[in-house]
Amino acid sequence: MSVELRYSRSARSLKKSAWVNVGIRLSAIIMALLFTSVILLIAKANPLQAYKSILHGAFGSTIKLTSVIASWVPLVIATSGLLFTFTAGLWNIGMEGQIIMGSVFAVGAFRFLDDTSLAPALVITLAFVAGAVGGILWALLPGLMKIFGGVNEIFGGLGLNFVAKTVAIWLIFGPWKRPGVASGSGTEWIDIQYRLPYLPGTNLSLTILIIAVIIAIITAVMLKGTHFGLRLKAIGKNDKAAYILGVPTSRYFLLAFGICGFFAGIAGSILVTSKQYSLIPDAGFGYGFLGLLVAMLVNYHPIWSSVVALFFAALSIGNTELQYMGLNSYFAGVLQGFLVLFVVLVDGVRKQLVKTR
Amino acid sequence: MKISFSHIHKRFGNVHANNDINLVIPSGSIQGILGENGAGKSTLMKILTGYYHADSGEILLDDRAVKITSPVDAVRQGIGMLHQDPLDFPPMRVIDNFLLGSRGGLFPKRSDVEKEILRLSREFDFQISPDTYVETMTVGERQQLEILRLLWLGVKVLILDEPTTGISANQREKLFATLVKLAKQGLTVIFVSHKLEEVEQLCDRVAVFRQGEVVGEVEPPYDTDQFVYMMFGKSVEVGDKKTFCTELPLIQLENIGLEDYRLHLGNINLEIYQGEVIGLAGMEGSGQRLFLHMLTGLLRPVNGKIKLTGEDFTGKTYPYFQKAGVAYLPAARLEEGLIPGMTLTEHFILSEEHSELFVDQKSALGLTEERIRDFYIKGTPVSMIEQLSGGNQQRALLALLRRKLKLILMEHPTRGLDIESAIWIWSKMKERCKECSSVVFTSSDLDEIIQYSDRILVFFGGLVSEPIDATTTTVDELGQLIGGKGW
Repeated sequence: MSVELRYSRSARSLKKSAWVNVGIRLSAIIMALLFTSVILLIAKANPLQAYKSILHGAFGSTIKLTSVIASWVPLVIATSGLLFTFTAGLWNIGMEGQIIMGSVFAVGAFRFLDDTSLAPALVITLAFVAGAVGGILWALLPGLMKIFGGVNEIFGGLGLNFVAKTVAIWLIFGPWKRPGVASGSGTEWIDIQYRLPYLPGTNLSLTILIIAVIIAIITAVMLKGTHFGLRLKAIGKNDKAAYILGVPTSRYFLLAFGICGFFAGIAGSILVTSKQYSLIPDAGFGYGFLGLLVAMLVNYHPIWSSVVALFFAALSIGNTELQYMGLNSYFAGVLQGFLVLFVVLVDGVRKQLVKTR
Repeated sequence: MKISFSHIHKRFGNVHANNDINLVIPSGSIQGILGENGAGKSTLMKILTGYYHADSGEILLDDRAVKITSPVDAVRQGIGMLHQDPLDFPPMRVIDNFLLGSRGGLFPKRSDVEKEILRLSREFDFQISPDTYVETMTVGERQQLEILRLLWLGVKVLILDEPTTGISANQREKLFATLVKLAKQGLTVIFVSHKLEEVEQLCDRVAVFRQGEVVGEVEPPYDTDQFVYMMFGKSVEVGDKKTFCTELPLIQLENIGLEDYRLHLGNINLEIYQGEVIGLAGMEGSGQRLFLHMLTGLLRPVNGKIKLTGEDFTGKTYPYFQKAGVAYLPAARLEEGLIPGMTLTEHFILSEEHSELFVDQKSALGLTEERIRDFYIKGTPVSMIEQLSGGNQQRALLALLRRKLKLILMEHPTRGLDIESAIWIWSKMKERCKECSSVVFTSSDLDEIIQYSDRILVFFGGLVSEPIDATTTTVDELGQLIGGKGW
């Protein structure tokens, strides 16, 4: 009897449970939409109108569509990084700070190399390398604190987020302040030759799109097909047993943090070279936190995370349109919040059902 | 209370855990439920106590069909179960454990409950004081506590699932006396076990389970061979004992001192030879675990020297020991040995050394199938490890051992397993010994230690005995040492 035949039954039940999972998540999305509608009704707005204007705001024109993609890029990179730490069972709450540090190092590199005669492409590459180094360093800190100091990575990351933001603000108002007067709107912009050009008639740089797609693919392949991914998963599910089975757990914890920080640094560099062109106090744009939501929402599944990241990016771009309805544009945040809550809720309910059945 | 099971079916995925169970248990008797691991005994008991719901079939209490929806509901209907691991709250006092499970109002009457505990405790000759903290009690005492608590809640049916695991011989005698007394008072006692001698000693009638079915009901006088035949569908022979030692020392321990926050072991000197089996006896927590952890590099000795095949390994960590051919099988299988949420195949991939980047799924599947066959694991390559029964998890753990090993360290390798699995596991170990691997293991079963060891170390309160020759010692001699006499 062939292997396929013998396991077809369990494989089928696995497949079935995969569809059940999709159904469960869909029901969570529907419930989130319903609850947001209630809130909208309380705010005396027409929910259908609101959803329509979000859709229009996200996909109504080429500019809008490419803005969504440009916003998807850092989000999907951040989420990819977090998939590594989540797989290893780590809560890398410090992602936001790691992105900020990536931006700080990238801007620092541009300032340092500003007067050189190096080709712009090379300078940009070096800035990305610097950003990556910044992200990695900031991510290794909570990892080292966890392994050698016994500090829970959640607290380490939370603290380092504040430190990263403080460092950015200090630089903006201190050593890197604009000539004349320091301003909360950020440091001086990087030279135009270092800004990544947009495709004609759009808001999107092709370079960053390629980087994001490559990172998303590498993440999926690494986590699903390699020994590295399997070992990370083992550590995430039971680090004691993984150690006994021969996985060097400390090293893999650090590797997960390092890879996550690397991606954070790349995301920070992308934000500097294609969006903000300077260092601002809120240099991470909340992508680190949003990435956490996306990763949790898809139950740490690499391919679905790209899809859901697109959905979140569309929400965050589309919601600006809500202002025309007299609604605050943060309203999309309500929907995002409900989404996460309901996914966690239905997942809990499902687990309860499975247990008693 | 009379209990009748009528055409009970329960499936878990592909496994038919209970296949058309029909069984009548009369009131006031001790009913034995005998069968190997995974035979469906626990499943039926969990259905009776409301943890699971049967796919089909009926339960009748005193000829009245009932629906039992949850463990709480079961207790309300008079059915209480004593679990393998006591379900109490260790950081709380005995009396608080009683109050927690009661249906009393907002302000329970402590003094009344206290009196009840003392009365029940006296009646059954237990020494349980209401003010003791549960965490300071032994497993046996916690079991007594749980029995008292269930009686106090008014149960008429008492189910005991492998109750003699981890309690002393003395406590076992007391437990059996209690059960006989309870049955005389009209309680129905269901005694689930895979230990033949206990079932024979205690039960008025025995139902034998095999692969989800009741294969027969037996009344005294019992015939052991008949039981074994019914349980396994074939006769089983006890593996014989041979020594395969060569005179080369594998491990040399010089003046080793070990310490954790509550125990200190000093001055251990020992040579472990190739192909030798060393059994570690003693009360749980007398330092056997420290000793094993020292031999794996998980615990660094506070003083002294460890040599492995002549090379100094003092202070080296577990990965070095592992590379040198030392393997460790922890007692807490799902906590320390295996990874819940991962499949058998994934475990086999993890346990082998790989230098390539990508996982070769096909060869991994092949390897897994081969091991499943060789080790008689009931499961498929895509089975999650936690879905396997305890015995099959233990087999999986053994199957994960790499091919060439110098030293195998095991904690309670056969705890909770049926005779056949235990004998089979030891035959695998003896094969390893023939290839000159050494084995060091702990067990609370003295018969097992004497039967399979070449030499025995007894641990007592921070002391380690000189190696004792297993061929000349007796259970009594070891028992005295374990109890602290003759040091």
